[in-house]
Amino acid sequence: MSTQVEPGALPGRKASRKGGDNKGVNKEVGADRKEKTQGRAATLLIAPTLIVLAIVILYPVINAVIMSFQHDQGLDAATGLFVTGGFAGVSNYVHWLFQQCPTSGGTGSCPPGTLGAQFWSATGVTFFFTVVTVFFETLFGFWMALIMARTFKGRSVLRAAVLVPWAIPTAVTAKLWFFIFAFDGIVNTLFHSSILWTGSEGPARAAIIIADVWKTTPFMALLILAGLQMIPAEVYEAAKVDGASAWQRFRLITLPLVKPALMVAILFRVLDALRMYDLPAIMTGGANGTTTLSILVVDQIRVGFNSAAALSTITFVIIFIVAFIFVRFLGANAVESASGGAKGKQK
Amino acid sequence: MSTATTTLNTGTAKAKSVARTRENWASTRTYISAAIIVIWCLLPFYWMIVTAFRDVGYTFDSTPFFTHVTWDNFKTAFSAELGNHLGRALLNSLFISSVTTIVALLFGVFAAYALARLNFRGKFLVLGLILGASMFPGVAIVTPLFQLFGNIGWIGTYQAMIIPNISFVLPLTVYTLTSFFREMPWELEEAARIDGCTQGQAFRKIIMPLAAPAVFTTAILAFIASWNEYLIASILSNDATQTVTVAIARFAGSQPHQEPYTAVMAAGTVVTIPLVVLVLVFQRKIVAGLTAGAVK
Repeated sequence: MSTQVEPGALPGRKASRKGGDNKGVNKEVGADRKEKTQGRAATLLIAPTLIVLAIVILYPVINAVIMSFQHDQGLDAATGLFVTGGFAGVSNYVHWLFQQCPTSGGTGSCPPGTLGAQFWSATGVTFFFTVVTVFFETLFGFWMALIMARTFKGRSVLRAAVLVPWAIPTAVTAKLWFFIFAFDGIVNTLFHSSILWTGSEGPARAAIIIADVWKTTPFMALLILAGLQMIPAEVYEAAKVDGASAWQRFRLITLPLVKPALMVAILFRVLDALRMYDLPAIMTGGANGTTTLSILVVDQIRVGFNSAAALSTITFVIIFIVAFIFVRFLGANAVESASGGAKGKQK
Repeated sequence: MSTATTTLNTGTAKAKSVARTRENWASTRTYISAAIIVIWCLLPFYWMIVTAFRDVGYTFDSTPFFTHVTWDNFKTAFSAELGNHLGRALLNSLFISSVTTIVALLFGVFAAYALARLNFRGKFLVLGLILGASMFPGVAIVTPLFQLFGNIGWIGTYQAMIIPNISFVLPLTVYTLTSFFREMPWELEEAARIDGCTQGQAFRKIIMPLAAPAVFTTAILAFIASWNEYLIASILSNDATQTVTVAIARFAGSQPHQEPYTAVMAAGTVVTIPLVVLVLVFQRKIVAGLTAGAVK
C-alpha cells in the first residue's frame, strides 16, 4: 500500500514541463494517470462502505464458520457429563446433513420431531415455497406489468394500489392473512368452508403461499414493467406493419427483450424466498410442515449456537449456489446491469 | 356492431368499424383487468382497517362495511396493562430505522458516487460484492451475532439491532444510489469547474441539489426496509427495545388464549398507514428507486 503521492500524480506540473514534444505518449500517460488518481479517490470513497460491510457481514460469517466446527455446550449423551465445546470437526455438519444425533452408544439417526431430524424436510419446504411462490409471482407479475404498461385513464390509481401490499411490513401481512384465514374468518365464510387453514399441512402451506404472493407480486410487476418500458415502441410498430399478431409480438419481441430484466427480477425473488422467515414464523410458527431453513436456524439457536452456526452456514451455501447458477447459467447478470448494462441493453 | 352490419357496405368502412369495436373491447378488458388488480391489492388492506374499527364482539362479521365502529381496539393495542408496548415500539422502530438510514446514506453516498462517476480497477468486483451483500440471508449472521452480543451484554440494546440492520440496508442504498447517480448530468460539474468553481464548490452548488431527490428517495427505501425488519429484532430485542414488527407479532389480548384479532388489526393499521401515505405521496420516486438498481 503506497499512500504517499507519487511524482506522476500531479498531471498539470508534469505536462507543462514536458511540453508537447510527444503528444501520443503524453496523452496515454495522462489517461493512465487520470485512472490512477481516480482509483485513489475511489478507494477513499468506497473503503468506508467496504469496511462497514466487512464488520457487519464478513466478520459474523467467518465467526459462524469457526463456530460451526465447535461442539455445543451441554450434557454429553455418552457420558452424562457437562461438556463445554471444543473442536468438533465436521460433526455438526454430519448432524444436519445425515440427521445423526448423539446417543448413548455413539451416534444414530435423530428421533423424529427433534430439530436434527428436520434438515431435509426444511430444505424441501424452503425449495417448495420458493418454486411455487416465484412461479405465481412471475406469472401474475408479468400479467400485472402488461396491464400497467398500457395507457388508460386512471392508470395512476392502479400504480398506487400496487404499491400498498409492498409497503406493508411482512409481520403485519402475516397477521393480516392469519386473520383472513382464521377458522371463523372471511375466507371460510365466503366459501362456506370449514378448513383449519393453519392447522394442517396443505392448507397451511397454501395460506403462506397466498400471503407471500399477495405481498411480493407487486415488486415483481414493477421490475418487469421497468423492463417493458425499455423496449422501444418502434419495434412494436414495425412488427404491426409486418402483420405480426398480438401473440407473435409478445412471444417474439416482448419476451426476449424483457428477458434480462425478468431474470434479474426472478433472481431477486428466488434469493428472497430462500431465506423466507417472517410469514411462516408468524402465521404457523413453523408447525404443520411449514418449517423453512431460516425457522430451523432460529429454533436451533435457542438449543445450541454452534450447531445453529453449522446450519446457517449450510443455508448460506445453498443460497450462494442457487445465485451462482442463476448468474452463470441463466443469464441473470445483475452486476452487469448494475455497472451500466452495456451488454444487456444494447442488443 | 349493428352499425357495422346495417349501414355500412364498403369494405374499408367495415374494417374500420370492426377495428374500432375491437379497440373498445380491448380497452374494456384493460379496465376489467386493472379493476381486478386494484381490488386484489387493496381488499386485504381494507379488511384490516374495517376490522381495526370493529367491536371485538363482531370480529368475524363478514359485512364489508364499517359496522359496530369503535376506538377500543386502538386502546387495547396501546394498552400497557396487557403488555402491548406499541407506543414504545413505535418510538423504537422510528429511532432504529432513522439511525440505520442516516448511517447507510452517510457511507452509501460516497461509495455510490465513486461507483457511478469514477473509473478504477476492480469496480466490477466491488459492485459484485455489494450486490452479493444485498442478497445475503439474515440467518447466516444471526447466530454469531446472538453469541457475540450475548457475551458483550448487548442483547436488548439499540445498537444490537442497528448494526445488523445496516448490513441489510447499506448494500441496497449503494446499489440504488449508484444507478441514480449514473443518470445525472455530470457535465454540469465540469462546466462549473471551467467557470471557476473549485471541486468542492461545484459539488456543493451543482451536484448536491441535483442529487438531493435521489438521496431522498433512497432514504425512504432504506427507512422502509429497516422498518420492516423482523428476524433480527425478534431475536436480539427485549420488551423495552422491541420494534413494531415484533410487538405486533407478540400481541396479547384482553382474553387469554385468544388471538386478539381486532387489536392486532388496529396495531397493523397504526404501523402501516404512515408507510402507505409516504409511499403514495412519493409514488413515482419510489417506483423509480425500486427499479433503478435492478434493470437500468
